Amino acid sequence: MSNIIELKRGLNIPIAGSAALKAKKVVIPDVVAVKPTDFRGLVPRLLVREGDTVLAGSPVFADKVSPEILFTSPVSGTVSEIVRGEKRKLLEIRIKADKEQKYEDFGAVKVASLDGEKIKAALLKSGLWPAIIQRPYGIVARPSATPKAIFISAFSTAPLAANPEFALRDEFENIQTGINALAKLTRGGVHVSFSSSNYSGTPFHKLENITPHIFRGKHPAGNVGVQISHISPISKGDVVWTVSLAMTAAIGKLFNTGRYDMSRLVAVTGPKAIDPSYVKGIAGMPMKDLTEFFDDKDGETRVISGDVLTGTNVGKDGFLGFFDDQVTLIKEGTECEVLGWARPFRTKQFSASKAYFSWLSPNKTYEMDTNTHGEPRAFVLSSVYSKVLPMDIYPVYLLKACLAGDIDKMEKFGIYEVIEEDLALCEFVCPSKIGIQGILSDGIDLMMKEMA
Amino acid sequence: MNGLVKFMHKIKPTFSEGGKLSFLHSTFEAFESFLYVPGTVTSKGTHIKDALDLKRVMIIVVLALVPSLLFGIWNTGYQHNAAFGLNWGFWQMVWYGFVKIIPLYLVSYIVGLGIEFISAQIRGHQVNEGYLVTGMLIPLIVPVDVPLWMLAIAVAFAVIIGKEIFGGTGMNIWNPALLCRAFLFFSYPSKMSGDTIWTGGLTRYLSDGTAYACGNGVVDGFSGATPLVHAGQGIQALDAANVSFLDLFIGNVGGAVGETSVIAILLGAILLIWTGVASWKIMLSSVIGALAVGFLANALATDATPYLQLPAWYHLVLGGFAFGTVFMATDPVTSAQTETGKWIYGFLVGALTVTVRLFNPGYMEGMMLAILLMNTFAPLIDHYVVEASLGRKARKVKIA
Repeated sequence: MSNIIELKRGLNIPIAGSAALKAKKVVIPDVVAVKPTDFRGLVPRLLVREGDTVLAGSPVFADKVSPEILFTSPVSGTVSEIVRGEKRKLLEIRIKADKEQKYEDFGAVKVASLDGEKIKAALLKSGLWPAIIQRPYGIVARPSATPKAIFISAFSTAPLAANPEFALRDEFENIQTGINALAKLTRGGVHVSFSSSNYSGTPFHKLENITPHIFRGKHPAGNVGVQISHISPISKGDVVWTVSLAMTAAIGKLFNTGRYDMSRLVAVTGPKAIDPSYVKGIAGMPMKDLTEFFDDKDGETRVISGDVLTGTNVGKDGFLGFFDDQVTLIKEGTECEVLGWARPFRTKQFSASKAYFSWLSPNKTYEMDTNTHGEPRAFVLSSVYSKVLPMDIYPVYLLKACLAGDIDKMEKFGIYEVIEEDLALCEFVCPSKIGIQGILSDGIDLMMKEMA
Repeated sequence: MNGLVKFMHKIKPTFSEGGKLSFLHSTFEAFESFLYVPGTVTSKGTHIKDALDLKRVMIIVVLALVPSLLFGIWNTGYQHNAAFGLNWGFWQMVWYGFVKIIPLYLVSYIVGLGIEFISAQIRGHQVNEGYLVTGMLIPLIVPVDVPLWMLAIAVAFAVIIGKEIFGGTGMNIWNPALLCRAFLFFSYPSKMSGDTIWTGGLTRYLSDGTAYACGNGVVDGFSGATPLVHAGQGIQALDAANVSFLDLFIGNVGGAVGETSVIAILLGAILLIWTGVASWKIMLSSVIGALAVGFLANALATDATPYLQLPAWYHLVLGGFAFGTVFMATDPVTSAQTETGKWIYGFLVGALTVTVRLFNPGYMEGMMLAILLMNTFAPLIDHYVVEASLGRKARKVKIA
C-alpha cells in the first residue's frame, strides 16, 4: 500500500448548510441548458437550430478547433432557445425536455474488447469527451495528445461538497468500467487519490486497475491539481488528464448501457438553503426547480452552481453546470457594518487569521455571505497565501508574473501546475481582497494564446 | 449609527461620478470605508471572503504599539523630572509627556495623511490605510525634542519619496517611518545628534535658559547622553552612568520616545506574533544575528577595546534594537517575502546593527541603517531564495 501523503497547509472553510445524506426529490426538468461557457477557452460551432428535435446524446455544438469533439444534449426534446451575449457569444442552448426521455443508442460494449482509439471515438461521439480535462490550463483534452497519466480524485474537500460515497453509492460498477476505459488512453495508468480519513471505509478503495494514493489534510487536499503536484509535478511539455469521479461514472455508464446519461445526485447546500439535502437531477437542470430550498425571506440570495470558492453565480433563472454536482445558496452581503474592521469581536464573521476570535470556536459554522469585508488593495501580507496552498510554488510571484504578462516568469513560477481552483483559498484569505482567480485566469489565457 | 450610514448613502451621489463634488471621491471613499465596512459583494472568483482586511491588520499593529506609546509618555515626563530635579508625581510626569508627544502625533498624522489624501485624489486611487501605522510609528522613533517643522518636512519626505512615488502602500522599497528618521538625522545632524535632544525640555532650556515647567536648572551631573552612547565606551561607562541591564529592560532611560522599554515592546511583539501580522522568524533571526556578532566581539575584545567587551545581550536592550526588530524589520512590504529569505534578512539586520554599533562610534544607532540597508537587499535575497528553490525542484523532476 502506498504511503499517506500528508499536507500540512490548507483550510477547511466552516460555512453552514452541509447537505444531509438523503435524496429529497427527483427533479424532472422542463427546460435544460447546455452551456459552452462551462469549458475554458472553447470556441463553439453550433450544430442545431431553434425548433430542432434532439435525443439525449444528440450533438448540440462542436469545438471549432477540433470538430470531432461533440457536446451533446443531456435530455431528449426540442431546442427552444439559443441565448447569445455580447458580440453574439454563444451562452446557452436551451432544450425543452420531452415527457418521455429517449436516448441515442451508442451500444453497450465490453471495454476489454476495445482498444484506445475505439474508446476515444466512442467518447467523442457520445459527448463525454469534454469530461476529460487536460492540464496544463484546465481545458477540454486534445484528442490528439497522449497524456503522461490520468488522475482522479475520489474525495472532495471543497466547502460543503457533495459526499461521493453517498452521491455515487450505486455507481461502483460504472466507475470501474470508466476507469478500465480511461486506462486504455494512457501509458501512465489511472491514479486515484483517496482521503486518509475514510480510506478503509469507502467502497471505492476496492477499485482495480488503478494506482492508489492517499492524502491527509485540509482543503485543497482533495483538489486533483494539488494531488498531481505531489504525485508527479507537471513540467513544461507534460500533458496529463484529469476526470472527476462522477464523470468517470458517466463514462462507465456509456459503455455499460450505451447511453449518454448525465443524471446525478446534486447536493443543495449553503446557509440560505432550507433543509439542505440531495436531489436527483441532471446536468443543465434549471435552478427554478429548486425553489423550495430557497430561504429568501431576508433579502437577496445568490445561487451558485458549484461551491462557494470556485462556482458560478448563475442566478435563480440559471442552470446547473456540466461538471457541477452541487448548488450553494448564500446571502448577498450588501449590508454595511459600522466600524466593522475596528470591532474587537465579530462573532458572526469567520477569519482564518487570529486577528479575530473565530479560532476560539473551531467547530462553529458560519452563515457566510458575499460581502468582500474590505476593499481591494495592493499585495501587502505575503505570508498568508502559502499557509493555505500545499504546493511547491510561490503564489505571489506567479500572480505578479501573470499581472505583468511575463510568459517566461509565469512558466518559471509554475503556471502549468495550477488552475483557478487550486488558488481559490488564497483568494479567500487575501486581506488585500485581490481577485486572484481572475488574475490567474487571464494569465492562463495569455499562455494559451502565446504558446499556441 | 444607522443614521450615519443613511446619511453617507444620501450624500454619496454628490461625490460619485457626475456629482458636484466628484473630484473628491477618493476622500469620500476613504471616510466611508473608515466609518463602516461597505456593502460591496464579490463579483468574480470566490463568492465568500475572509473577514480580515488591511484595515484590521493595520489596527492590530497600532494596538501593538500602544504599550510603547504609553510607556513613552510616562518616560518623557520621568526623564524631564530627573533632569531638572523636580520631584514630580506620576500624573505630573504623564501630563508632561502627554503635552510633549501630542504635537508630534498631530504633525505626523496631519502632514502624512494630508499628503496621502492629496496623492490619492490626484491619481484617482483609494486612500490606503498604511499610513495609520506609519503615522503611529514616526513619533515613537524620534527624539522628543525634535522641532516640529523638521518633523513635518521629514514626514513629507518619507511619504512622498518613500512611498507615493512608488505607488503607495505595498509598493514601497523602504520602510517610510525609518526613512523619516533617517532624513531627520542626515539633514539636521547638528540639531539631531549629540546628547541634548533626547530629554524633553532640554533643548529649550539650553537656548532660552528656561525649561517648560519651571525655572529650575538641570541637576548636577546630568549629561543627557543615552545609554547607547555610554555603551560605546564599554560596560564600565554604563555602570558609571548608573544604568543596569534591568533599567534598560524596563526602559526608564533616555532615548527616542517609544524605543526604550523592552517590556512594552515585548507586549506588542506577542500580539503581532499571535495574530500572525508580523513574522516571528524575522524577529528571532534578528536577535540571533545580534547575539552572534556580539559574542564574536566579546571573544575578540581586549582591554584596549572596551566597547567590544560589552556583553552581547546588552545589545538586545540598548537603543532602538528591540523596537526596530519587532516593528520595523518585520514590515511585510519591505522585508523579505520568502520564508527562507526572512531568516537571512532578519539575521543580517541583527548582525549589521551590532556591527555598526561596535565599529562606528561616531554614530551609534545601527538599527535604522541596518534595516534600511536590508530593505534595499530584501528583493535580492528573495531572488536567490526563489532561484535556489526552483533549481532544487528542477533537479527533483529530472531524477523522477
